[in-house]
Order: sequence, then C-alpha cells, then structure tokens
Amino acid sequence: MEKSNNMQQEKFGEKDFQNIIGNLLRYGVWISLAVAFIGGIVYLMGHSTDIENYSVFHENDRNIFEVIGDIYNGVVQGKGESLIFFGIILLFLTPVFRVLLSLFSFLLEKDYLYVVITLIVILIILISVSFGFSH
Amino acid sequence: MTVLTFTLIMILGAFLAGFIGSLSGLGGGIIIIPLLTVVLGVDIHYAIGAALVSVIATSSGSAAAYVREGITNMRLGIFLEIATTIGAVCGALLSTIAPTSFIAVLFGMTLIFSAINSLRKKEEHIVLESSPLAKKLRLQGTYPSHDGEVISYGTKNVIGGFSMMGIAGMMSGLLGIGSGAFKVIAMDNIMKIPFKVSTTTSNFMMGVTAMASSVIYIQKGYIEPGICMPVVIGVLFGAMAGAKVLVKTNPKKLRIFFACLIFVLAVNMIYNGLNGKI
Repeated sequence: MEKSNNMQQEKFGEKDFQNIIGNLLRYGVWISLAVAFIGGIVYLMGHSTDIENYSVFHENDRNIFEVIGDIYNGVVQGKGESLIFFGIILLFLTPVFRVLLSLFSFLLEKDYLYVVITLIVILIILISVSFGFSH
Repeated sequence: MTVLTFTLIMILGAFLAGFIGSLSGLGGGIIIIPLLTVVLGVDIHYAIGAALVSVIATSSGSAAAYVREGITNMRLGIFLEIATTIGAVCGALLSTIAPTSFIAVLFGMTLIFSAINSLRKKEEHIVLESSPLAKKLRLQGTYPSHDGEVISYGTKNVIGGFSMMGIAGMMSGLLGIGSGAFKVIAMDNIMKIPFKVSTTTSNFMMGVTAMASSVIYIQKGYIEPGICMPVVIGVLFGAMAGAKVLVKTNPKKLRIFFACLIFVLAVNMIYNGLNGKI
C-alpha cells in the first residue's frame, strides 16, 4: 500500500465498500429469511388445520409504527405470524442499510454531489413512511 | 383449504415461479402473481404484497455477488433510484385506489410486454463518449469482462433514462414487481449502457425501489405473513436452482417455451380482469 497514490487509495476504498455492501445484502437476506422460516414453523404448529381465507382482502389503515408495535408484542409472546412479519421487516431494512452505507461511502470519498443524491433518496423513503399518517 | 395444505402448495408453486423467473430472465415476482391469483384464487392485493417481498429477497441476494465483482454501477443506480422511488411511492398509492380489474389488466399487459422483451436479442454495445450531463454526474464507468479485462463505457441521454425509470418505479409500486424489463430498457436502450452493467444495476436498485412502496403496502395490509413466508422461501430457492441450471444449459429454447407459457397466463389474467373475476 505504501506505493499507492491518491487515486489508488480511492479505488481501494471503493472496492472495500463493494465488499461490505455485498456482504450486507447477502447476510441481510439470509438472516431475515431464517427469522421468517422459524416464524413459519411456529405458525404452522399452531394453525396448520385452520382454514385459510386469502381470497378476500381485508384492507387495513394502520400506520407503520402501530404495525411495528404489534409485531414487537407478538414476537415477545412468541406468535409465529409476528415472527414472520419481523423477518419481512428485516428484509425490507436490508436495502435501507445499503443506502445508508452508500451515504457513508460517498462522505468518505468527499463526493458531495452523491452525498446529496443519496440524501434525496433517503428523503423520498421517509416521505413514503410519513404517508401513513395522512391516510 | 387448510393452512398447511396451502403452505405446501405455495412453497412448491413459488419454487417453480422462482425457477422459471430466473431461467426466463423475467424474475420470480412477475410469475408468482398470476400463479396466486389465477391458479389459487388468492386476492390480488395479497399476491402483490407477497411478490414484492420475494422481489426484495431475490434481488438483494443476487445483487450481492455482482456488487462485489464490481459490475454494478453504484453511482448510476443511486442516481436513478431518485426516479424509481418517487415512481414507486406514486404507484403504491395508486394501487390502493385503483380498481382490482384495472390492476389485473395492466398486470397482464406488463407480463406480455416483459415476455416479448425477454426474447429480444441482446447485443453488447458500448459507447465511449458520455453526454455532458452524464459527465457531470460521473455516470460513466468500467466493468470486468470474462477474461478479467477492464472495459470502460460511457452514458447517454440521462434525462430520457431517468424518466423511463420513473415509469419503471411506478409499475413496481403498482404491481409489486421488480419491473426489470422497464429498467433494462431505460439503461440499455435509452442510456446505452452495456447489457451486463444494466441488468446488474437494475437488480441492485430493486431492493430500494420495492422498499419505497413496501411501507405503504404494510400500512394497507397487503403483507400477509401466512402467504409471504412460503412464497419468499420458495421463490428464493427456485431462483437459486434456476441460476444453477442456467449455467449448464442454453436458455434460448427454454426462453421461447416460457414466454409462451407466460403469454397464456397473461391472457388469462386480462380475461379474468375484464370479467371482474379477479
């Protein structure tokens, strides 16, 4: 590394982040699936003989924090459905972490144009979360 | 049907969807929806929710490898995510008010379009010169070829590609699909990015795009754990099996076969949608 000039260092940094982001995506998917799978088994143990009723849609109108609160309570009580949902939430969070990591990576590279672009993406996601309140 | 029977059928069906999705290059999400609605009679909103979850799982899983190999153009992906996330939020909001029959018909048409698109001949074309805006945004890049050679490429028509990405994001939010076909058109046909880079970058973007609409889906009750669990597990393993087979076989003939199969499913969905059966 002693020989490396600025440009190579920058390349090295980018390569590093490629590795970190790649690993984050991979482990994020496997961890969330493992949680959902365990939840699925718990759920099936209690509900395998229930009759499903998925042909009728029950529309909800709850904001995301209410849903997450319910999931938390359900997981504490060891409910299979809540565990599956928890796994799904972890899966949804994987790309969010990826965006945060890219933000960090661009900050380190002092690439402020892309810091702003990444912040815009984060803002849009936050707006989509806040839509829950207005409906 | 009991929950256990349903779950077992779903795992098997989702495995098939993931397998076909990966062999045909269409993605598992787009095939799981007709399977759930047409074959199993599940409400289309639950089907869309489950498809979206499986899209995030498969795209993040496969994006991991490409990112590490340095094929994915992360700057391009993040820049275009502005368009896809805005589109996705609009699409998801639209899906909560659009009539079911409209969604079914639109989905059927998207399916046909994607199937035809998957048969299109893909030629690697590389432009070296970037447009001024692309230069400003530093969207040009490099990627390693099969023999380890570093290939540089330029980027054209940023605004055109950006707009097309908005549409891709909207379809994703509205239908719960990855809309890879639209994304590749935006990057491949409009921005002139090499095919290898555009497919992997499209994959990279899917997670965030889907995430933007997922919050609205959760709040509206589209995400049903009992359906999502078997679907995600089935699709993911199906996609992995498909990827293994893909390495060994020539997918040309398979693609034509699957495109025909998908065409039949799509027509079925449009027909049911028009008759109000979905």
